[in-house]
Amino acid sequence: MQTQPVVKPRPAWYVTWQRFARNKPALLGLCVITLLVLTALFAPMLAPYDYAKTNLNNVEKPPSAEHWLGTDQIGRDMLSRLIYGARSVVFVIFIVSTISLTLGLTLGAIAGYFGGWSDTLISRVIDFLFAFPDLLFIFFIAATLKPAIVNSLKSFGQTNNIQGLVDFVRSGYADYLVVMVALSILGWAGLARLVRGQILSLREKDFVLSAQAVGVPTYKIIFRYLIPNSLAPILVAISMGLGGIALAEGILAYLGIGLQPPNPSWGIILSDNVGRYWREWPEMLWLIFLPFVIMASVVFAFNFVGDGLNEALNPELQ
Amino acid sequence: MLAYIVQRLIWLPVLLILISLVTFALGLYGPGDPVQVMMGLHTNPQIVEQVRQEYGFDQPFLVQYWNYITNALQGNFGYSLVKYQGQRVSDLIAKRLPITLQLNLVAILWSVPLGIALGIFAALKRKSWLDVFVRGVVILGISLPVIGLMPVLDFALSRKHELGALVIGPFLPPGGWRGIFAPHIIQPAFILGLGLLAVYTRQTRAAMIEVMSADYVRTARAKGLKEWMVVMRHALRNAWIPLITIIGFTLAGLFAGSFLVEQFYSIPGIGALAYESLLSKEYYVIMAFTLIAATVYVIINLIIDIAYAFVDPRIRYK
Repeated sequence: MQTQPVVKPRPAWYVTWQRFARNKPALLGLCVITLLVLTALFAPMLAPYDYAKTNLNNVEKPPSAEHWLGTDQIGRDMLSRLIYGARSVVFVIFIVSTISLTLGLTLGAIAGYFGGWSDTLISRVIDFLFAFPDLLFIFFIAATLKPAIVNSLKSFGQTNNIQGLVDFVRSGYADYLVVMVALSILGWAGLARLVRGQILSLREKDFVLSAQAVGVPTYKIIFRYLIPNSLAPILVAISMGLGGIALAEGILAYLGIGLQPPNPSWGIILSDNVGRYWREWPEMLWLIFLPFVIMASVVFAFNFVGDGLNEALNPELQ
Repeated sequence: MLAYIVQRLIWLPVLLILISLVTFALGLYGPGDPVQVMMGLHTNPQIVEQVRQEYGFDQPFLVQYWNYITNALQGNFGYSLVKYQGQRVSDLIAKRLPITLQLNLVAILWSVPLGIALGIFAALKRKSWLDVFVRGVVILGISLPVIGLMPVLDFALSRKHELGALVIGPFLPPGGWRGIFAPHIIQPAFILGLGLLAVYTRQTRAAMIEVMSADYVRTARAKGLKEWMVVMRHALRNAWIPLITIIGFTLAGLFAGSFLVEQFYSIPGIGALAYESLLSKEYYVIMAFTLIAATVYVIINLIIDIAYAFVDPRIRYK
């Protein structure tokens, strides 16, 4: 009998990482995202000034030693506003992807695994959500439900004397909430459709049938057998979607239906300054061009990482 | 085939009823009591009741819905209550829709053919400099935030500095709407087309790559066909099929773009109308807009699905 040399197989994540790391743009994108997340986490320590503090004696000043990236039309420090803007983006991305991932995985898996009326119901809800062009849907929710939600939160806080809730609404963070719910409502539907398709094709595979035969509980089959095996396309879909969420957050804030001023968002910075400065030289350099470049590089980074993950997880594609 | 079409057609009216019901409920009651919203905070309760009866808001919800829908089907979407007082919503939309359609037509005409051509060439010359360039264009088109790109581009092309005044300014005037043949359309149509260009290029490239590695292409080559014959007669004809599926996506994208582009370049199209209506709480306009857009979107997606089943028999038997 021949003896085989024992070669320890490398874990799958390591192989994927190696393929990913060979992709230079993806690696660069990962660095940008890390930077973004760190900036968001440590914003209060990094920002030299209060992002909302105005100083009318010091408006439209070019970059200087005190204000590294200059000041805007009411004397707010641009660097601090950009740093806190990063915080808004990261926060929205984190919440939206968590909600849509949870809902999408659970409902998609239920629809795909059980079939029958639960599949019909969930699939029809997804069809219904897809009937609206996505920005229209968010726009519609923001136009109709947002005032009602914000007002009822506020009056609930006032009648029940919950000062925290009133402050929360007044601070404008309730607007965050509405934007995020609207974005998540769309996000989960796309993911659920993907998960459902994956599970449908895996359900008939032998390893699942044998697990059922030996009596593995259903939730375990779903979460231990089916979802891990359909993880690759799900990961790719999520990472491809993150850039879109960042863009949507900016656009909604720009249009005035997302986060409200004086809260910092890159979209608000742009809309504040576009009205006055977009043809002024050199003010437009730090008031418009800079936020634009920062926003673009973040979206680039997410798309590069998504592409890199796609190539690393599906090597046969390229 | 027939069964597939019938199955889709049965679902269509259900979907349309759901869409209209949700649009009506959220559009009218989402912001709160419609009469209060219409009349503001400080009102005489007697007059409020009078208005409520006059506009039929005292009737049961389903009766109101039925009245709204039967009117809408006859082209009457109610009247503007705030900004364009007394004007029919249908007149407002009819006046502005052609402008948006013309703008989008120009955007489609330059970007879609170019995208398809770029995609084909990139797929045929994979890993060449052309392919790298094309992939760059794709990722730019997807990632650049339009809200920052518009002011930056507009500044770059403005007459305020020498280059703009001498070369570009006279040919690329900013903003406004002077009809489809005026040079004013170039900038907005360029911006609107960027996203389309990216999507069509990417999709065509992917479809062509897949087709070019198919067995029948190898067979065609093996029997000695010239390369251009292989591409034109065997590959291209099959690569068109997946392109059909992104037409619906195109619509949604154009819709989203129209909001931002029309607002920035002061083009009085339907996107600008929707935005103004949002700011001035014109709920009847927003409802009509959502209803029409979602209906058109659903019907076109249905036509696409059926067309897809016709050209690709594999879909029917899923």
